[in-house]
Amino acid sequence: MLSYAVFSGITLGGMYALVAMGLTLQYGVSRIMNLAYGELVIVASFAAFVLMTSAGINPVIGLLIFIPASFALNWAIYRILLSPLVARAKNRGMLEVDSILATFGLLFIVQGILLVWFGGNYYSYDFMNGAVDVFGAAIAANRLVALGFALVFGLGFYLVLTRTRMGTALRAVAVDPQSARLVAIDVNFAACFAFALGGAMAAVGGVLVSMFLTFSTSMGVAFTMKALIVVIMGGVGNMLGALVAGLILGIAEALVATYIDPGLTIAVTYVIFLLVLLIKPSGLFGRTVS
Amino acid sequence: MQISSRLRLATLAAATTALMSTAALFGAQAQETYRIGYAISKTGPGAPGANTSTIPNYEMWAKEINDAGGLKVGDKMIPIEVVEYDDRSSSEEAVRAVERLINQDKVDFILSPWGTGLNLAVAPILDRAGYAHLAGTAVTDKAPQLAKRWTNSYWLLGTGEQYAVEMVKFLEQLKSDGKINDKVAMIAVADGFGIELSNAGRDALEERGFELVYDKTYPLGSQDLATIVNEIKSLGADTFVAFSYPPGTLGLTEQARVLQFNPKIFYAGVGTAFPLYKDRFGADAEGVVSLGGASETDPKIASYIERHVAFAGREPDRWASIVNWASLQSLQQAIERAGSTDREAVNAELAKGGFDTILGTYKPGDQNFWQVGQWQDGKFVGIAPTDMEGAHDLVFPKPDWKGAQ
Repeated sequence: MLSYAVFSGITLGGMYALVAMGLTLQYGVSRIMNLAYGELVIVASFAAFVLMTSAGINPVIGLLIFIPASFALNWAIYRILLSPLVARAKNRGMLEVDSILATFGLLFIVQGILLVWFGGNYYSYDFMNGAVDVFGAAIAANRLVALGFALVFGLGFYLVLTRTRMGTALRAVAVDPQSARLVAIDVNFAACFAFALGGAMAAVGGVLVSMFLTFSTSMGVAFTMKALIVVIMGGVGNMLGALVAGLILGIAEALVATYIDPGLTIAVTYVIFLLVLLIKPSGLFGRTVS
Repeated sequence: MQISSRLRLATLAAATTALMSTAALFGAQAQETYRIGYAISKTGPGAPGANTSTIPNYEMWAKEINDAGGLKVGDKMIPIEVVEYDDRSSSEEAVRAVERLINQDKVDFILSPWGTGLNLAVAPILDRAGYAHLAGTAVTDKAPQLAKRWTNSYWLLGTGEQYAVEMVKFLEQLKSDGKINDKVAMIAVADGFGIELSNAGRDALEERGFELVYDKTYPLGSQDLATIVNEIKSLGADTFVAFSYPPGTLGLTEQARVLQFNPKIFYAGVGTAFPLYKDRFGADAEGVVSLGGASETDPKIASYIERHVAFAGREPDRWASIVNWASLQSLQQAIERAGSTDREAVNAELAKGGFDTILGTYKPGDQNFWQVGQWQDGKFVGIAPTDMEGAHDLVFPKPDWKGAQ
């Protein structure tokens, strides 16, 4: 029982982390609080659904198309919609308010387009639902795939951000865009790149969760909310933080559902979130900012 | 400061647009159309349910009538005009929209919103304004009292108790035949529907000598129920009952299949009777039991399903859609029988009943439809009440999961 609860919690947490990683990049580096983030996750879910049901193309292979497509789309969103806001923002607070309002509008545009194309129904398809035995616990293969992607991307991005020149530049922009300019970092490019990368991660998350969750055009907000909790809990802009925070929430939910009451899974999420905020307001891996 | 001034501006802009759009609809015209209004969840958490059970029926009904030239009122043919609002799945918004339909759009008849909560929210307003209320997607144990309090309200899907009790009576028979043990594992979504049905189910099960080995709720919106299924699997119950909502219903079925949890009776809640369920699980839907059911051999039902597929591009669900359609047929006949579009005359006819519908002779509020159904050979057929005409035998025990791809 315990091992099952832990393993299903890890897969659940992997999903949370996966969905949150893109937002942590967008919010942490580009400083765009993207309220339309969940909608872009859902767009990818629908794209995977269409590809799977009409062309029979495996969603994981579909990622080869979705990742660059989403990168390009988010690049365009940043260049067209957000860069004017960045240019006129006098400080971080102003950019946050402006980006919240702009992406709030974007949320409705994306949701409206999805509604016109797909209607409000539930969608779901069957892919890799076979059970895999993990130390005596039967876990659906698609969830393991999602967990695998979360671990690879989480650790991979962490290494890229901490060990490479590009990553260092991104982190510099995250810490202080003004000073980053002084050491010849192209801040606009870095922010745009991080935003697009975050969008590509959103697509990865959307495609992978569509393999095991029933989704509808109106579910985007739920993803944004969950991702936001994970991002803030893990420390804004920190990939490893998102991974750890996601896993903590997933395991806590599974343990509570098994040993206390499944009705309390949402409550435990917020209790942990509150505790982290009280003890370490900048998040588990966050730096204290003045 | 920044936020508040911007927000104020945005609110002002939104309010102006809203005003202008209603102004365009303002002013009742002379009676050359019959104006039907409704507020429905086109967006928000209620949207998938509304899109399955309600919206296609409303749209198809108006189209079929208008294609035939309109409603036959006296010796005139009056086409239907539809005024539609999105209530965004919020009861405040539904109430506002219904008030607008009554006071500004001055529609002739108002069709019900989707879901128990929203129907309860608009019921008193409709009653006060003298509109009939065909509550098509509400399940509440207060249904009989509400129908008395608001005389022109009809609670088409009845009470949660009736579904739970009918199902438990069925289980009791299986138990006394020695086919299942007395252990039942029950879960419910922590929302009005799940709580009412599980309360009624708990009482009915315990009264009939069943032992509830698991009895918990899960939060609305949760689809990750693997830990629950895993725990239940170890408890040795022959019967699994889930009073769940669609995403949970699919999640539970999926996780039961992954974990190879295959009780003799697998009862899942709302969503099981949706065509989505069959599409999603294919042969593995076989033997799954739920609320509702359809007599697809009945030519009227078969023709309805066929028209629905042609109109909406998908099948209707086998529970609320059918009852909703019967109520819309009743409304059409009530107007035609009244020979007038006068609201009170139509309401009086509705109350008389005796309409010829896909549920046979019907009066809105009649519970003459299947309470328990089961997937058998790709059709969701009715199995209880067992004394109803066309009741199928239960496929028992539930066949093994064939497994996923």
